[in-house]
Amino acid sequence: MRLRLEARPAPSRAMRYLSPLVATALTVVAGFIVFSGLGREPLAAFHAFFVRPVSSLNGLAELVLKASPLMLIATGLAIGYRANVWNIGAEGQLILGAIFGGGLALAFPGAESRWFLVLMVLAGATGGLLWAAIPALLRNRFNTNEILVSLMLVYVATLLLSYLVHGPWRDPQGFNFPQSRMFADAALYPILAEPTRLNAGFLVALGAVACGWLFIERSFLGYQMRVAGLAEAAARYAGFSSGRTVWIGMLAGGAAAGIAGVGEVAGPIGQLTSSVSPGYGFAAIIVAFVGRLNPVGIVFASLLMSLLYLGGESAQMELRLPSAITGLFQGMLLFFLLGSDVLVHYRVRLLPRAPAPREEAAA
Amino acid sequence: MTELLVPIVVATLAAGTPLVFAALGELVAEKSGVLNLGVEGMMLVGAIAAFAATVASGSAWVGVLAGMLAGAAMSFVFAVLALTLQANQVAAGLALSLFGLGLSAFAGKPLESVALQAPQAVPVPLLSEIPLLGPMLFSHQPLVYLSWLMAVLVSLFLYRSRAGLVLRAVGESPASATAIGYPAIAIRYLATLFGGAMAGIAGAFLSIVYTPMWVEGMTAGRGWIALALVVFATWRPARVLAGAYLFGGVTMLQFFAQGAGVAVASQLLSSLPYLATIVVLVLISRNPHTIRLNAPVSLGKPYHPDA
Repeated sequence: MRLRLEARPAPSRAMRYLSPLVATALTVVAGFIVFSGLGREPLAAFHAFFVRPVSSLNGLAELVLKASPLMLIATGLAIGYRANVWNIGAEGQLILGAIFGGGLALAFPGAESRWFLVLMVLAGATGGLLWAAIPALLRNRFNTNEILVSLMLVYVATLLLSYLVHGPWRDPQGFNFPQSRMFADAALYPILAEPTRLNAGFLVALGAVACGWLFIERSFLGYQMRVAGLAEAAARYAGFSSGRTVWIGMLAGGAAAGIAGVGEVAGPIGQLTSSVSPGYGFAAIIVAFVGRLNPVGIVFASLLMSLLYLGGESAQMELRLPSAITGLFQGMLLFFLLGSDVLVHYRVRLLPRAPAPREEAAA
Repeated sequence: MTELLVPIVVATLAAGTPLVFAALGELVAEKSGVLNLGVEGMMLVGAIAAFAATVASGSAWVGVLAGMLAGAAMSFVFAVLALTLQANQVAAGLALSLFGLGLSAFAGKPLESVALQAPQAVPVPLLSEIPLLGPMLFSHQPLVYLSWLMAVLVSLFLYRSRAGLVLRAVGESPASATAIGYPAIAIRYLATLFGGAMAGIAGAFLSIVYTPMWVEGMTAGRGWIALALVVFATWRPARVLAGAYLFGGVTMLQFFAQGAGVAVASQLLSSLPYLATIVVLVLISRNPHTIRLNAPVSLGKPYHPDA
């Protein structure tokens, strides 16, 4: 007996939507194995990781709070990924958004207008946009690989933020901690549901996801970019500009990540610190894939990914496991998704016996 | 002057060594047509496996072996996804990097406060007694010599052996290689595993020789820099060596500048290797012919013998 992959005449639509579910199920199964391997009672561990975090109102609010930056960034990235523009530096663009938006909040500590927050969001979007513009410009002008450039800029952004909060922007009354002053109330997102931490940033994220959906599914430009991703030659023949595809693909992700950065510092954090994101920019890459590069799917995927973050925190408190287990599950989820995607394009056939090698070489 | 020159050269070569291993491994994988963006993840898992094995066994060589095997195991996961299950190589490589980051952070938590003694440098008999050159080039850690040996071996393998020719043929056109009877997928598997093992050694060098301790995410982007180095070297082993030491030098610059009391923010100096990577990529990619002439034609493209 051996397995053989047989190409389907056309990609299976059903499998396209089923494979994220298969991947989720496989991740849960792998979770059972990991927990048992670590000597924890699997069912109890499962409950602590996947159920308890969301079995209270506060837990559900945290779920949505953490899902907001993920859905926002993933939607921006999906616009690029559909066109084969690989922006993997969203984490750095998020940090620049936090620096621009947070810098504005620090520059105007006496701000009182409710429009001030809008300015901060715009500043954050600009920061992310500018940071993403670097790899876009270099790719268009010098043919430079945008994957590597955008990733290198993550490290530069992290160091820039570290410089600011250790140096010029450090709170003079902050006992030398690497953090800025707290923002004024006008520079913070209003809370949506007291006493939880869920804030209006969630509505901004939902709005951005809706805009992303309109762009991808209903605009001519979005269509051009999809063609560019599926068949580059066809896009060129139709006269769609590949330079513009790169620009839009990169900048969409950059602006979204920048807005997400403002959402963190003007939301749960309330100031600039040396770490403004637990890797949302990278987790959003997984969200984009698991959501099938489709904004609706991305909303669901971001909730799942957010649950993995909460589960990690819960595992630390209740199972005495490092919260880094979140990253392990995130990686596995993407592995299983990519693995089950084989079923979209291929049928798996069981063959009774390997055919003679000669035959195969001739075929 | 010479008192300063020797430590600068020694430190530069040490800082470049993990890049040599990782980039040589990736170079072989890419020559067979496989673009594995998971170098960072494989290095991290190699680093923690090597560190844990060294702590447990007390032997650095057991650690290096463990790092190598862990790196190869990681690349095997990638190979199954990208070569057997036909996943997009960019996505599978990203997944490997993210998974490696998570796995190593998780596995490394209990070892975060453990310190290791760095192994002694091994001077080469006779050669190390040459004035100036001896202390600069021949008084290193054994892994540094191994990295030079690997550069020579990879170069000989790719350009002077029949097996290397077949591997390059698979990277240019897997369909043609299959047609004349070579198992393209199996060859890609082997090349990918070699890349993983080399990334594992690179990680082992970091965690048991260079630092020597375990810190979450300690590779700090070196896996990605190694990927850039392969492009910079236009897929030639000798240039990988030159590029790696260039980066080693840039990395060391910050320590010597701080030691010399240069009044620049440390964060600016720390960002130099990343900025240098971008500059180098721009310089080499500026002329599209350089890349097109040297890059393996089928790089990153999935291949299925039946399709």
